[in-house]
Amino acid sequence: MTKNLRVKSSEYIDETNRISFKFNGKSYHGFKGDTLASALLANDVHLVGRSFKYHRPRGIMTSGSEEPNAIVQVNPGTSRTEPNVRATEVEIYEGLEASSQNCWPSVEFDIGGINNFLSPFFPAGFYYKTFMWPASFWEKYEFFIRHSAGLGKSPTSSDPDIYDHRNIHCDVLVVGAGISGILAAKNAAKNNFKTLLVDEKNELGGSTILENNEFNKIDNKTSSEWLKKEIKELKNIKNLEIKTRTSVAAYHQYNYLLARENLTDHLEAKDKTNKIRQRLLKIRAKKVILATGALERPLIFNNNDRPGIMLSSAVKKYSEFYGVACGSKNVFFTNNDSAYESAMSLYNKGINVEAIIDIREQSESKIVKKVKEAGIKIYWAHSIVDTTGYKRLNSISIMKLSNDGTSVSGSKISISCDCLGVAGGWTPAVHLYTQSGSKLKFDEEKQIFLPNQNTSEQISVGSCDGDFKIDEIIKNLNQKLKDILNIYETNLDSIKVEIDQENSKRNIWLLPSDKPLGKTKPFVDYQNDATAKDIKLALREGFRSIEHVKRYTTTGMGTDQGKLGNMHALGIIADTANVKMGELGTTTFRPPYTPLTFGTIVGRNVGKFFDIFRRTPMNDWHVENKAEFENVGQWKRAWYYPINGETMHQAVQRESKAARESAGILDASTLGKIDIQGSDASEFLNRVYTNAWSKLAIGKCRYGLMLNEDGMVYDDGVTTRLGENHYIMTTTTGGAANVLGKLEDYLQTEWPELDVYLTSVTDHYATASLCGPNSKKILKKIIPDLDLSDENFPHMSFKEAKIGNIQCRIMRISFTGEHSYEINVQASYGKDLWEKCMEAGKEFNITPYGTETMHLLRAEKGFIIVGQDTDGTMTPIDLQMDWIVSKKKYDFIGKRSLYRSDTTREDRKQLVGLLTDDPNIVLEEGAQIVSELNQSPVEMLGHVTSSYFSPNLNKSIALAVVRGGKDMMGKKLFVPMENQNINVTVSNPVFYDEKNERLNA
Amino acid sequence: MFLINCPYCGERDQQEFKAGGEAHIERPKQPTELSDDEWAEYLFMRKNIKGVQFERWNHAHGCRKWFNMVRDTSNDEIKAIYKMGEKPPSQ
Repeated sequence: MTKNLRVKSSEYIDETNRISFKFNGKSYHGFKGDTLASALLANDVHLVGRSFKYHRPRGIMTSGSEEPNAIVQVNPGTSRTEPNVRATEVEIYEGLEASSQNCWPSVEFDIGGINNFLSPFFPAGFYYKTFMWPASFWEKYEFFIRHSAGLGKSPTSSDPDIYDHRNIHCDVLVVGAGISGILAAKNAAKNNFKTLLVDEKNELGGSTILENNEFNKIDNKTSSEWLKKEIKELKNIKNLEIKTRTSVAAYHQYNYLLARENLTDHLEAKDKTNKIRQRLLKIRAKKVILATGALERPLIFNNNDRPGIMLSSAVKKYSEFYGVACGSKNVFFTNNDSAYESAMSLYNKGINVEAIIDIREQSESKIVKKVKEAGIKIYWAHSIVDTTGYKRLNSISIMKLSNDGTSVSGSKISISCDCLGVAGGWTPAVHLYTQSGSKLKFDEEKQIFLPNQNTSEQISVGSCDGDFKIDEIIKNLNQKLKDILNIYETNLDSIKVEIDQENSKRNIWLLPSDKPLGKTKPFVDYQNDATAKDIKLALREGFRSIEHVKRYTTTGMGTDQGKLGNMHALGIIADTANVKMGELGTTTFRPPYTPLTFGTIVGRNVGKFFDIFRRTPMNDWHVENKAEFENVGQWKRAWYYPINGETMHQAVQRESKAARESAGILDASTLGKIDIQGSDASEFLNRVYTNAWSKLAIGKCRYGLMLNEDGMVYDDGVTTRLGENHYIMTTTTGGAANVLGKLEDYLQTEWPELDVYLTSVTDHYATASLCGPNSKKILKKIIPDLDLSDENFPHMSFKEAKIGNIQCRIMRISFTGEHSYEINVQASYGKDLWEKCMEAGKEFNITPYGTETMHLLRAEKGFIIVGQDTDGTMTPIDLQMDWIVSKKKYDFIGKRSLYRSDTTREDRKQLVGLLTDDPNIVLEEGAQIVSELNQSPVEMLGHVTSSYFSPNLNKSIALAVVRGGKDMMGKKLFVPMENQNINVTVSNPVFYDEKNERLNA
Repeated sequence: MFLINCPYCGERDQQEFKAGGEAHIERPKQPTELSDDEWAEYLFMRKNIKGVQFERWNHAHGCRKWFNMVRDTSNDEIKAIYKMGEKPPSQ
């Protein structure tokens, strides 16, 4: 049924290795070395997709990553499926399946194709204009628009593949392995530069490897032969690493580039398992040589998008490289000599070339003469005015082009053909160059944007710098290499090049038709169906900036990012608005150059490595005892320990009562711990805490409050004096890293004269906090020879002791208001310590409690939690903690801010207690507080910061910040909720044991 | 992604560093002597210019040392790096 269009065996295709694959459910075969595109073309399949807006049938247009049309879904319905893949980049393997996108029910019969006939109703900005009113309907419109839009389908099951990241440092990175890149890499490596050469394709050689023009010779060989010899020699060069199937996605400042190395996409499913699929290379290069080549431009004419219309260079590549004829009746349409090379390439392989349509008046080059000699008909100064064939090109009509190129005349000639190779000249691939921050300039003569101002150690060589002829390329490359590598000679000095000199080109951005523009479809952006008409409409409607026109018409906004048509869009705007292209500038080329998978971006940071977490030394015990966990910063902390199916509320009530009535134990290992040493340690603490530290005796502990320079509470914790010049500071769990950073900052930048050394020891110690009236008895059992009397070991003091052979530091400090001890041991003994406490506490029904009970117990005492009851806008005065602010100290961090006009306002929000009139109602944390119910808008006085049901007081308690709250003691306020207004009374924030009698109980 | 030449460790990737805002703003020695406006000048006022800017940076995931950097914010060119306490290079 299908024709075989293989013409002649190609050295790149292994015809002994037959591969079967499926496209749109139908089986085909190709050979090892084929891309999906070449294999489909060999099977005479041109129709591979539908366009985005009009659902027009579209075929393969290019042979590379710039492909706008042949966008397919690979392995649909599997966990490895990938949407929006360019068929020109998929290397086929046994079992590959692919399908067309954006069509329903099939690419052959697509209902959306009706849009094509309705296209007069879909001008640029159609959606913006049509779905504007009524405004409230947008959500309904959006539902349908979203469903009809979109290209492929994302996978629905998790990705089975492994991805990886790797850092690479090199002296010279060469991007692109065409002739320029290969010569640059070779010379860099030979001069002892550690060199990395990358190319997105599997084969080296770029387009020159296909260059068999007998009139262009290097050292008396064709470019292709000569380059093949060079490539062979690369293998033996040390210092040179070559990575193929590696596409540079982004070029950031300071020569930092990201590349995607494809490792298994070309393998059969059975060979993919347990291998890294793609690797993100993070390359830091001292020097970068961009040899990214150039992309062939299409020509913009009426109905220039039919399947069978391709780039001339692609037609050539399919025949030379893959041995595939793209059609049996081929025609070329050109504005320069390169189509003649393609035509000769086909002719030499025995593929029929019907004619060449050239918009130029003439060309004198040898290759043109050769084409004439071959008997191929050339139509000079003609242009294509229309094409026919819905699912495959079947004819073109041409007419004589006027001298100024704006109109056609004479009789219309129809030429039957099934493949049209279009050659509109070449656009340097400057995408990566501009991503690096470097600037372009427009070359009016060549009509291209060229690299102009380099911002880092970089050069652009070959056609991406505007050198298209082999002699220019080698001459300029030689000089640039000497400059950037700082060398005196290269192997390019002695190369002899002969070339066919003709270089004439006629550039017309939009070719005329015999029909008015409004009745034609000259596509500029194939993927997004933006036509020249749309661009002109945007200009008529007043859009001037290229960035605005782009967004309004969607030109250049597809997955191909307008690699083919952007220059034409600019040209049409420049011509229509009568400005110079150089003044218009380009739209921004953003990374990635070709799409990246999410897998490549995240690498190994998936699953449990997605976000790292920290566990305490006692963690296993908590897990074994069925604790529920809470994330605090990066820590996993035991939240509560439900037993016998308790709810959180029940567990917390039980734990809270046990801690006050007998004994509780908390894993406090996560608290930040900073070891402070040095002869100025006391002075340092005086400067960073609000209270005085000089007189703290050795072996004593003190609570400290730390402010920011703006006077707001930053952190708090107990610091213990271990020796004359030695303290250990504790910080909040979440604040530990920031507090250390802040202290180091002050020491290094403001007070370098202080002799103080800071070391984070958070991970070095495990801490069990033992509390409750029986805590003393339990500790006595564990350490019988330590005198625990209030005289020897009073509240807020410290002892060193031994539990067996384990050295420990014990602080008698309390965050619950109960008699309690914090026992610190070397981290590796943490679980052992915990189990000893549990064992000794058994007779007292020792109850492990989590963070929730800790919060409840401290709230009963009115102790704040920085970050819960404060939010960076609370001063110690606002917290009613005036007692901790030293009046005597001359200075400390934040002191001056405490008497700024703003911080001394009487109506600041201040911390108060709140009691609900109904003791069973527990307020919601974050609930707003008002004093009037019938006001509109109602004045918000503040909000609830902490709220619990206290089992020890048998009533609901809350802490809140309320404007002017300090003077509101006993005042009735309201907490309006969705279903009710809750009556509350302002109270003292200390609800339990106001006289602190239990500390010594 | 900058390549930053830490004066203590050498060239390292930007992700090891933390930016710390404008440099050469000295904490007043006698804050209590200052008016509200003078204190506010120290506390809040920072430059944000397009062009050459003096900044503090910290090698947070390295030696943890603070140092100064002269950076052109228009193109992110790092013009100079010098230790805390050293005089900025003359422009």
